[in-house]
Amino acid sequence: MDITLQTVMSQVMLGLNNGVFYAILSLGLAVIFGLLNIVNFAHGALYMLGAYVALLGFTSLGPLLGMPDFHLNYWAALIIAPLVVGALGVVIERTMLRRLYKFDHLYGLLLTFGLALIIQGVFTNFFNVSGDPYEAKPEILNGAVNLGFMMFPKYRLWVIAISLLVCFGTWYVIERTKLGSYLRAGTENPELVKAFGVNVPLMITLTYGYGVALAAFAGVLAAPIYSVSPVMGAEMIITVFAVVVIGGMGSIMGSIVTGLLLGIVEGLTKVVYAPASSTVIFLIMVVVLLVKPAGLFGRES
Amino acid sequence: MKNLFSIAALSVAGLALTGGMAGAANTGISDGVVKIGVLTDMSGVYSTLGGKGTQVAVEMAVKDFGGKVLGKPIQVIGADHQNKADIASAKAREWIDNEKVDMITGLLNSGCALAVQKLASDKKRITMNTGAASTELTNKSCTPYGIHYVYDTYALGKVTAEAVVPSGGKSWFFLTADYAFGHSLEQNTTKFVTKLGGKVVGSVRHPLSTADFSSYLLQAQSSGAQIIGLANAGGDTINAIKQAREFGIDKKGQKLVGLLIFDTDIKSLGLKVAQGMQFTSGFYWDRDNATRDFAKRYFAIHKAMPTMDQAGAYSATMNYLKAIKAAGSDDSDAVMAKLKSMNISDFFAVNGKIRADGRMVHDMYLMEVKKPSESKGEWDLLKIVKTVPADQAFMPLSESTCSLVKK
Repeated sequence: MDITLQTVMSQVMLGLNNGVFYAILSLGLAVIFGLLNIVNFAHGALYMLGAYVALLGFTSLGPLLGMPDFHLNYWAALIIAPLVVGALGVVIERTMLRRLYKFDHLYGLLLTFGLALIIQGVFTNFFNVSGDPYEAKPEILNGAVNLGFMMFPKYRLWVIAISLLVCFGTWYVIERTKLGSYLRAGTENPELVKAFGVNVPLMITLTYGYGVALAAFAGVLAAPIYSVSPVMGAEMIITVFAVVVIGGMGSIMGSIVTGLLLGIVEGLTKVVYAPASSTVIFLIMVVVLLVKPAGLFGRES
Repeated sequence: MKNLFSIAALSVAGLALTGGMAGAANTGISDGVVKIGVLTDMSGVYSTLGGKGTQVAVEMAVKDFGGKVLGKPIQVIGADHQNKADIASAKAREWIDNEKVDMITGLLNSGCALAVQKLASDKKRITMNTGAASTELTNKSCTPYGIHYVYDTYALGKVTAEAVVPSGGKSWFFLTADYAFGHSLEQNTTKFVTKLGGKVVGSVRHPLSTADFSSYLLQAQSSGAQIIGLANAGGDTINAIKQAREFGIDKKGQKLVGLLIFDTDIKSLGLKVAQGMQFTSGFYWDRDNATRDFAKRYFAIHKAMPTMDQAGAYSATMNYLKAIKAAGSDDSDAVMAKLKSMNISDFFAVNGKIRADGRMVHDMYLMEVKKPSESKGEWDLLKIVKTVPADQAFMPLSESTCSLVKK
């Protein structure tokens, strides 16, 4: 393919589109790792769950409630799916993860990895592995906009915009507000923060809930683009972990910026040499680990 | 070490004389059981069109046959090869060496199929391939015990190109799954496109199981080709079609042509997205009363209509068992001789015949996806535009590079 400005710009847009998914997922991982010290391997499965809550809400909830004409619409799903999955996250944190904080990272990783396999296995058993279509994309987001260099689907523009908003909003709350300072202080020195009358365990529970709610939110955003399938999270999670490692474990801004950048790098690789696009992120990961083991935005401890 | 001493005699007798004579040389069922293994993609991108549904079809065939052949029980086992040729080979080896499996069917994914067909043949076991598509199975890599039952990339490419090119689709760009199957489908289709006066302006290869096709589609779009040929299958085809609609590619005069499409793909895409697409298939459940009867019984068990892979696995199993009965033995040479001499005619195959190279030739169909307004039910998805007779759909023996074909 000839390399023209037009093709480069088009691939940058598509890269950004993938990048916001990387960013929003790695952000959730970074929040959870930064505040709970848990490497949340179940993140991909929870992303998939978010998409399924939206899908089932649209297709099956009505008949289940005896109201065949009731469909949970897209906008409602964008709010309800994160709430449902976030609530599940709270249950997971309260009943399981909580017991593991005093041990090595490895135990949390193994537990969440096991959870991911179970959730994915159950869904593989009941749903179509090659995916089911999610037909609830709102009419207003149908069609494409002419960006001058390409026709870009309106829906994908919406995904980029809302994801950036959510990512930077989360960053702002954690790094710039009083609530965020409680959170950060709670991880530095929980005893001291407790002494100020802050309920640290509750804060941690809600943080995990929020982290996985972000994953579910991304799942709903992804549902109209890709088919909703039980393996959609497993395919995503490996790349997202590479993003987190490159950005620096636990760095909020690092995970957002790295996610976006790597999406774009991936897109540009497709212009130059497409077959390398699936490997380029891991190549960068190797180089970063060799040169700056704490990641691009990580603090050396 | 099954019947080692009789194999030499058999291979002479079985090939030179009639199957009945071969049966006389070695009668009965080895190991007291006929075991059929369904080895296919049970969990990945192809599992909806094959997967457990293929095993269901094989089990139905065994039950319909009566559960016994020559007085001995028939057993069906299944395994997931995860689309990995090494796992497929290891499983096939274990089945043949330890489990005494007599015949392996399913075998979606050409990479896995080629590996298993060779291995099984070295061990004198029959493979009845209903899933994979590469023509290599009955050409360069053909074996005396390998049967390619349902469709192949030659028939898919030929029937589709002959429908598309004369009606104006002259220039093509391929999106190709980057492994044996995709390469073979692209290559065969290219041959027919050029022969019919069209040309191929470019192609891009994507890994098996790709979620985001948008960047490949943009390349196809900027190539300016009239036709974007999808040399992939299952989940990959579904994603490519959906995303092409999203980017409005079809609205700019470029047309998407899926080269291998299954009913389950259309079900997953929805008629709104897929309507009007034409493609080639070896079977459609709603063709006549016999197919509908089978489909209805199958649906009752599997809760989905059978794809050509699944229906083909039923037919392959049924004819395999008939051949054992006719040969009076489950010896691979005797059964193969019977299979290659009998007519294959049932609800699945019309005018079916297994040739010397292992290719089962039968009528193929040019299908078209119905408009939502034409559909009368959940699975009322397609209509048959044209029936292509067996001798016109498949590669003629004269072109085959299989060493078993005498020229």
